[in-house]
Amino acid sequence: MEKVLLKNTENPNSADINEYKKVGGYQSLPKAFGMQPKEIIEEVKKSGLRGRGGAGFPAAMKWTFASADPKSPKYLLCNADEGEPGTFKDRQILEKNPHLLIEGMVISGYAIGTEYGFIYLRGEYPAAKDILNRAIKQAYDSGFLGDNILGKGVKFQLAVHQGAGAYICGEETALIESLEGDKGQPRIKPPFPVNVGVFAKPTVINNVETLSNLPYIIEVGGEVYSKIGSPECPGPKLYCVSGHVEKPGVYELPMGTTLREIIYTHCGGIKNGKKLKAVIPGGISTPVLPPDNIDCKMDFVNMPKHGSMLGSGAVIVMDETVCLVRVCYRALKFFEHESCGKCTPCREGTEWLRKILGRIENGEGAEGDIDLMLSVSSNMLGKTFCPLGDGAASVVQNFVRHFRPEFEEHVKNAKCRFK
Amino acid sequence: MFSEAAIKELEEIRQKYPSARAALLPAIYIAQKEFGWLSQDAYEAVANALGVPKAIARGVGTFYAMYKHKPLGRNIVQLCTNVSCMILGAERLVDFLKNKYGLEPGGTTPDGRFSLVIMECIGACGTAPAMLVNDDFYENLTEEYIEEILGKYK
Repeated sequence: MEKVLLKNTENPNSADINEYKKVGGYQSLPKAFGMQPKEIIEEVKKSGLRGRGGAGFPAAMKWTFASADPKSPKYLLCNADEGEPGTFKDRQILEKNPHLLIEGMVISGYAIGTEYGFIYLRGEYPAAKDILNRAIKQAYDSGFLGDNILGKGVKFQLAVHQGAGAYICGEETALIESLEGDKGQPRIKPPFPVNVGVFAKPTVINNVETLSNLPYIIEVGGEVYSKIGSPECPGPKLYCVSGHVEKPGVYELPMGTTLREIIYTHCGGIKNGKKLKAVIPGGISTPVLPPDNIDCKMDFVNMPKHGSMLGSGAVIVMDETVCLVRVCYRALKFFEHESCGKCTPCREGTEWLRKILGRIENGEGAEGDIDLMLSVSSNMLGKTFCPLGDGAASVVQNFVRHFRPEFEEHVKNAKCRFK
Repeated sequence: MFSEAAIKELEEIRQKYPSARAALLPAIYIAQKEFGWLSQDAYEAVANALGVPKAIARGVGTFYAMYKHKPLGRNIVQLCTNVSCMILGAERLVDFLKNKYGLEPGGTTPDGRFSLVIMECIGACGTAPAMLVNDDFYENLTEEYIEEILGKYK
């Protein structure tokens, strides 16, 4: 497949505007400005583009809702708060192809009818911040941002807003709170951000990877784009693979590539010839899969049929040497740390689960602890403000579902044999 | 009190937002840079500069993990121990930092040279284990490599 999102990124200067222009960059902008905003949304609809942040919501639908709302001004926010453990795909775009994102945002802004964009960038990406700020300045200087883009009278102002280390701000309403200068605690929905978003105005929030698809969709048209990968949710997809594979990294492949192909063909299989034990397919919040269930197509439609989710496409591969109780414990320690504290099931549940997992891992687990975890987690599922609590609960439920004997062994033998 | 340079920087940033309150996160970053860590005085400077109540500024600031609420060492070692880094040996590196440098998670070396902060995924999972020292990324860490890296930070 021709690279779309990582095009030219093997070039060490790919983040520079001139290098981007050399490979056709900013060519989609005049084409987009020659179209009516509605026509652009129509092309995106035809392309079948779905949000790459994890939820897989059809991009064109968000845009339609926001552009139909009469309130003004509207805002376009790029969610670059890439914090889902295992995920490092957006960092590739931000550091190596920032102008692709900027061009995508200008096109999106024009389509939605907004003059204001922010990139909400996680605080842990200081290099990306400098690269983005440099790229934004170059884009202003070259007339691709500002009050009269390409001399066509189109306006779009873009700025980077730096987060400060809060995973929850990747949730869109928490992101809005944070951009408004508040604690990143999710809002109840409805109203949805497309109607009442940042500064109480209609707001579209799209992931870095989602917005970076726009220049290509405009270049080749929605129809051609829709032929890439899975018919139900087409397009190129960045899969980022970590853990025990020979060649970890970010791979741009057609949406719907199977997990087996990603691990064995592209990443060279399990490191040092060891046996595969478990895979987390889409970032730590997505349900873990046992080795006999990796022939699943990695997309938004097919992963749920295999009992998991595409999430952010962050594949964490674990070999036979890994203690899954310890992985589960570490995951819950993460969720406990990142729970915003707003709702009780998440705030209390994550701590309780982490404590139980800690004592099982330390050989101090009690007879009923595994069932207690299932009970605590089922009291969280579907009962929290936002998906963080659901994610935490489902991690526990799925690790126990697939690997219960390993938990039982820890309790029975009162120790972890992997230590 | 903020220096003139800090006030100028804050004013520029303020222009990007439709409200002063929205500039609170960047303002806290500026205060952190200016004062080294976020004391009551630092929050007072932020509150005065933006016209935001001090309790709000501090309440918001303490929500976020990357704002420092006590004095830290000259160099901040930010080591990730989340799952991708953990399964490739990050916990052994935590032990190494403790044994070799006397550096505990959340602690600072007696000479004030290093502080250690345990991170929750820094987006370097494909090159795990990984850390940031101040604003610099280091990946594919081993004990020897950490020694070499830390030697550069005085």
